[in-house]
Amino acid sequence: MSEVIVITSGKGGVGKTTTTANLGMGLAMRGKNVVLVDTDTGLRNLDLLLGLENRIMYDLIDVTQGRVPYKKALVRHKKVENLFLLPTSQVKDKSAVNPEELVKLCEELRKEFDYILIDCPAGIEQGFQTAIAAADVAIVVTMPEISAVRDADKIIGELGRADKENIKLIVNRIRPQMVESGDMLDMDDINDILSIDCIGQVPDDKMVITSTNRGEPCITMDKSTAGQAYRNIVGRLLGEKVPFMTFPKEGFFSRLKHVFGM
Amino acid sequence: MLNALMKIFGKKEPSGKVARDRLKVVLIHDRASVSPEVMDHLRRDILDVVGRYLDINPEEMDISLANDEDSVALVANIPVTNLRHGGKR
Ligand SMILES: Nc1ncnc2c1ncn2[C@@H]1O[C@H](COP(=O)(O)OP(=O)(O)O)[C@@H](O)[C@H]1O
Ligand SMILES: [Mg+2]
Repeated sequence: MSEVIVITSGKGGVGKTTTTANLGMGLAMRGKNVVLVDTDTGLRNLDLLLGLENRIMYDLIDVTQGRVPYKKALVRHKKVENLFLLPTSQVKDKSAVNPEELVKLCEELRKEFDYILIDCPAGIEQGFQTAIAAADVAIVVTMPEISAVRDADKIIGELGRADKENIKLIVNRIRPQMVESGDMLDMDDINDILSIDCIGQVPDDKMVITSTNRGEPCITMDKSTAGQAYRNIVGRLLGEKVPFMTFPKEGFFSRLKHVFGM
Repeated sequence: MLNALMKIFGKKEPSGKVARDRLKVVLIHDRASVSPEVMDHLRRDILDVVGRYLDINPEEMDISLANDEDSVALVANIPVTNLRHGGKR
């Protein structure tokens, strides 16, 4: 049984590509055959996050336009040999692939892979419609910020209109200190407002940036708190009951500082 | 105790709570925004139903979605031109 999962958000820069890279890596490390499909044509990044930018020969558009079979365009990960990337074009634009073409491609990919993860572009235009077309599951990524949550709500509405019923939420870049001091929307607020099934709470973590610098997703780093959150999400995707992480509470002195507005 | 202290020092409402309250309102509006096309259908259907019971002038009928501070209401103004005993049959 294979599953097509689209990672989407509405708003840009909330962590779709980071999430796609980490979940893909995590599922592959758990022994699944995984392919990541970048549909953010013109703004491709997934290759960089995986450290595969120098190995690309063909892209998604070459495949959908029939120039090469998809197997020729797949890039195998350097260390995790059951993880593959289908990169997109950096020169074409988002209208270069239509929903029917992606559905057809995913039908083929389903024969070879357990998980097909689709990294979606920002927005709700054609690129979004194409990215979600083949998905069995949609993961909506948001941040604890008013504009990101609003856009997530809009995306959830659009997914509903496209008859996508299996929708999961990941809240990324949580800052526990700010939540603690009441200066950030907390999970209860967000769950209450969006009311979809939450499968992940990912803290803001510098190691996301350092690992991106190296082209190695943070899920591979034991010390990364975001990496731990992503490992938990992978477990949940595999049907395990994993409790949500608790974040360390702020110390007494920094609380006192807040009180005095310091 | 922390809250009491915050009050004494005149600290503002935590911004997380402000964000939550603002979001709740803005989403009511977002979710209720209806395309002109849908409004047209709604208008036609209301006319159809009301017209079965009362004589009304379609030209004078006015329906809209009114946004209040924290709610959205469907407001219909439908002047009745003729009332009959027992309604229209
Ligand atoms: N949990 C996190 N902690 C710190 N930085 C993050 C986190 N998630 C994402 N980022 C950073 O935010 C930026 C946008 O992330 P990206 O995955 O490219 O978003 P999107 O694909 O939605 O546009 C990147 O610079 C990334 O490193
Ligand atoms: Mg991206």
